[in-house]
Amino acid sequence: MDLDSMQRILEQSLADNKPIWQIALEEDMANRMVTREASMEKMRRTWRAMVDSADSYSGERRSLSGLVGGDGERMRLYYANHESIGGSFTAEVMASALAMGENNACMKRIVAAPTAGSCGVMPAVLIPLWRKEGIPEEMMLQALYVTCAIGSVIATRASISGAAGGCQAEVGAASAMAAGALTYLHGGTGEQICHAVAISLKNLLGLVCDPVAGLVEVPCVKRNVIGAMNAIAAADMALAGVESRIPVDEVIDAMGDVGRRLPVEFRETALGGLAATPTGKAVKERMQKNRKRRRTLTIKDMRWKLTTAPARETKE
Amino acid sequence: MIDIFDILGPVMVGPSSSHTAGAVRIGAMGRTLLGGTPVKARLHLHGSFADTGVGHGTDKALIAGLLGMKPDDLEIPNSFAHAEQQGLEFTFDEVDLKNAHPNTVAMELTASDGHTLSLQACSIGGGRIRVTMLDGVAVSFTGAYNTLIIHNKDDRGSIADVTTTLSRARVNIAYMSLSRSARGGNAIMIIETDEKIPPVVLQFLKEFAGIIHLTYYEKEDE
Repeated sequence: MDLDSMQRILEQSLADNKPIWQIALEEDMANRMVTREASMEKMRRTWRAMVDSADSYSGERRSLSGLVGGDGERMRLYYANHESIGGSFTAEVMASALAMGENNACMKRIVAAPTAGSCGVMPAVLIPLWRKEGIPEEMMLQALYVTCAIGSVIATRASISGAAGGCQAEVGAASAMAAGALTYLHGGTGEQICHAVAISLKNLLGLVCDPVAGLVEVPCVKRNVIGAMNAIAAADMALAGVESRIPVDEVIDAMGDVGRRLPVEFRETALGGLAATPTGKAVKERMQKNRKRRRTLTIKDMRWKLTTAPARETKE
Repeated sequence: MIDIFDILGPVMVGPSSSHTAGAVRIGAMGRTLLGGTPVKARLHLHGSFADTGVGHGTDKALIAGLLGMKPDDLEIPNSFAHAEQQGLEFTFDEVDLKNAHPNTVAMELTASDGHTLSLQACSIGGGRIRVTMLDGVAVSFTGAYNTLIIHNKDDRGSIADVTTTLSRARVNIAYMSLSRSARGGNAIMIIETDEKIPPVVLQFLKEFAGIIHLTYYEKEDE
């Protein structure tokens, strides 16, 4: 089955008495023509790459622009030495989200989940929970398949690209995927997973993508924190029996609709929001200083013939 | 159909799937199509690649790809130093390409034996790429499949020769496109296949009279 509706995945799951993760796993086997073992093995490598990245964090690193780095470490020192307001687990989640966002900005290896800019959300909730509760790795892999089902539906019905749908499509999607995984890991039903996805996505609806100087740094790194915290809140609500009044697929469709209607200034172009503040503009100017003047590339420059005939696709 | 590992993945070096991971893949595509590490590379950055490329490490990523690195190679940030060690000279400049995708680069590559390749490609999101121009001919392929690129004489029978051979080798064609510069001139056949094409089949294809040059790109392993 196409992973294009949470409602349909849920119905299939109930009809076949098959958990959601298994539906996603079987879909991957059919789509990539691989065995169950090969699919699971790739998921295991993906999970371990996430854990390795989290463990390799260093607070010493700085991004190419110098704007980002050290905050994950700052947060860790804080909760190690102080009673944090939200308790040590949430403080650790926040530190983990910052750390992974910084790993990404500092050109370290990460797992796009679903994008590089939002790569901190899922590991920030999953890894601390896995360690705290001693959850078996197999179950973590199942939770990751759940996130794939959720992410596929969001990508199909709406978008997971900031350029297409704003930050709600990146951190919003990551948060929804994380909320579904958390709900699954704490024994939530398929319905509860759907409510967690709906609630988390609703809470971030409309979030714009406004990266300062066009870089995946400010405000992206800290937005990973809100994506992670929102996922915890949505999962706890769903597990408590709180339901989304708007069905999950309709929420996803609404996110897509909001994304399409977002002015282009708020879709990764760095022309609006925080990127357009005086400080944001000053950062951009500083980054541009050393650029050479642009020229128009002519046919002579290219040293190759430019043909005007477009490529014709005979089979698509 | 969406690959779930495009949702959860790729495993890559940051900060941007389009500006970093995609750029590595474009460089790697150029290297494969050239047939090895270039000794000279002129890279022309267009649109957002020019505007935000340095901050995203796009320049380092492109060079890393030309050197054969994968998108998750931790040495990507140090690719300029590797290029120097491996004797790859490169230049970057910024250009305006008409009607090009915002994340586009045009590359002129020279191999150690002196042959050259020109290539224009764009990064279309999530680390996926599309080659749009090859040696002056408009093309369209992504590297998501095993890809056969054939420069052939624009004459009858060339396509039938190739597709018949692939069919006999039990290789299924997923997508295929044909382009040419002018009637009877240079033509490029792009064939994307589900199965890998065995070396013996490639060798056989090379011997057809109508085929001038053949390049094969095998998709990245899982």
